Amino acid sequence: MLSQPFRIETVHRESYDTFTVELQPTNGHDSFLFAPGQYNMLYVFGVGEVPISISGDPDRPENLMHTTRAVGTVTKAMAELQKGDVIGIRGPYGTSWPVDRAEGYDVVFVAGGIGLAPLRPALYHVLAHRDRYGKVVLLYGTRSPDDILYRSELEQWRSRFDLEVHVTVDYADATWRGNVGVVTSLIPKAPFDPLHSMAMICGPEVMMRFTAIELLKRGIEHEHIYLTMERNMKCAIGFCGHCQFGQHFVCRDGPVFSYAHIGHMLSQWEV
Amino acid sequence: METTTLEPILAEHPFFQGLAPEYLKLLVSCAANVRYKANEMIIRAGQEAVHFFLLRHGEAYVEIHDPRHRHVVIHKLHEGDVFGWSWMLPPYKAHFDVRANTLVRAISLDGKCLREKFDTDNSLGYQMLLRFTPLIVQRFERTSLQLLDVYS
Ligand SMILES: Cc1cc2nc3c(=O)[nH]c(=O)nc-3n(C[C@H](O)[C@H](O)[C@H](O)COP(=O)(O)OP(=O)(O)OC[C@H]3O[C@@H](n4cnc5c(N)ncnc54)[C@H](O)[C@@H]3O)c2cc1C
Ligand code: FES
Repeated sequence: MLSQPFRIETVHRESYDTFTVELQPTNGHDSFLFAPGQYNMLYVFGVGEVPISISGDPDRPENLMHTTRAVGTVTKAMAELQKGDVIGIRGPYGTSWPVDRAEGYDVVFVAGGIGLAPLRPALYHVLAHRDRYGKVVLLYGTRSPDDILYRSELEQWRSRFDLEVHVTVDYADATWRGNVGVVTSLIPKAPFDPLHSMAMICGPEVMMRFTAIELLKRGIEHEHIYLTMERNMKCAIGFCGHCQFGQHFVCRDGPVFSYAHIGHMLSQWEV
Repeated sequence: METTTLEPILAEHPFFQGLAPEYLKLLVSCAANVRYKANEMIIRAGQEAVHFFLLRHGEAYVEIHDPRHRHVVIHKLHEGDVFGWSWMLPPYKAHFDVRANTLVRAISLDGKCLREKFDTDNSLGYQMLLRFTPLIVQRFERTSLQLLDVYS
């Protein structure tokens, strides 16, 4: 699949190193259908191509959104782009969050850092079809209050009666009035029924490993825990082998995996 | 007067679940009902560690001071949490500050009083160790994750 040119319509600075772009195809096609959890390959012309999850609303495919943290060559170059600039998009690729399978269950979203971005489409979907789910809980951890993404949206979500939102930071100064402690510390008291819950986790690998352990301690079954894996990618279509994770290719078999399938590999550093 | 009212409260707390009633009675004689206003210090780092606390109402922050005299909050305590265990081992000095974030109501247990009881009844000491160790391990795990700085 070749990259299609998309124009940047808006750039929103989420934090000092993270930004969200809204994109429109330059060729006039006006919608980009995707499933929550899928990603695109974003090409910054002349610099390189990186996989970035789609962070927008799957029910509003006319607004293709990506939230990116500037960490290296390509993402830092992307952070310099402005409204009107054009980038290449290839996708959508990969597996999706089990939003259909989760119907009838309580849904627990656990996000760490930039991990809220790949989870946001699933949260939009669940909130758009709220009556199909039991309790919905979002547990979100970041490094410090300055790193919190989607602040105004989090405030809106917090004010809903049908969604439980808990945010925590690893460190804060004395002016912060919210939770302090790692995101796993929110799990023991989170209001969900472990026997009827589906959990979706996204964040750094270590955070996901300990989150899964806490969820299992609460009694959620292995098969009801899903998470996303990240590996360096090149082709994104299962050819090059760059993204190998055990016997899986993350680009094709993931990025969303069931913990029952990959949980045992999370603690093996050589995988 | 206070001892008769505190016994059912201790008995109900998950931390003391399964503890024999005669042990609960012993512990109650070391317990007191305490209250702190918002922003009041409950524990001060470096000072003698006298008590451990069962938080019954409100929130408190565990803090450390960095060399630039900033308060860095590293953990938030909620209703039901148990905190303060430096009284168990020499030199019996608190490692962190704990500050009330709201009005805090708690049961405090006097560490010196407890140590005396553990010395005379090792089995009570063992029972308490069984309850404190998971909390310490949990705090250790969470602090390790914080130190790993996984979001950086
Ligand atoms: C399926 C998938 C979805 C993703 N979704 C998002 C997303 O929604 N938002 C987002 O910001 N990022 C996302 N990423 C990560 C993103 O692809 C990388 O951050 C990006 O490829 C880095 O490229 P770079 O050229 O900027 O950095 P490089 O120059 O390649 O690397 C710079 C530094 O960043 C580190 N780095 C590189 N890749 C990663 C990575 N994947 N995770 C952590 N550190 C890395 C390198 O070790 C190096 O230290 C996703 C990755 C995958 C596989
Ligand atoms: S990126 Fe080429 S096989 Fe996955």
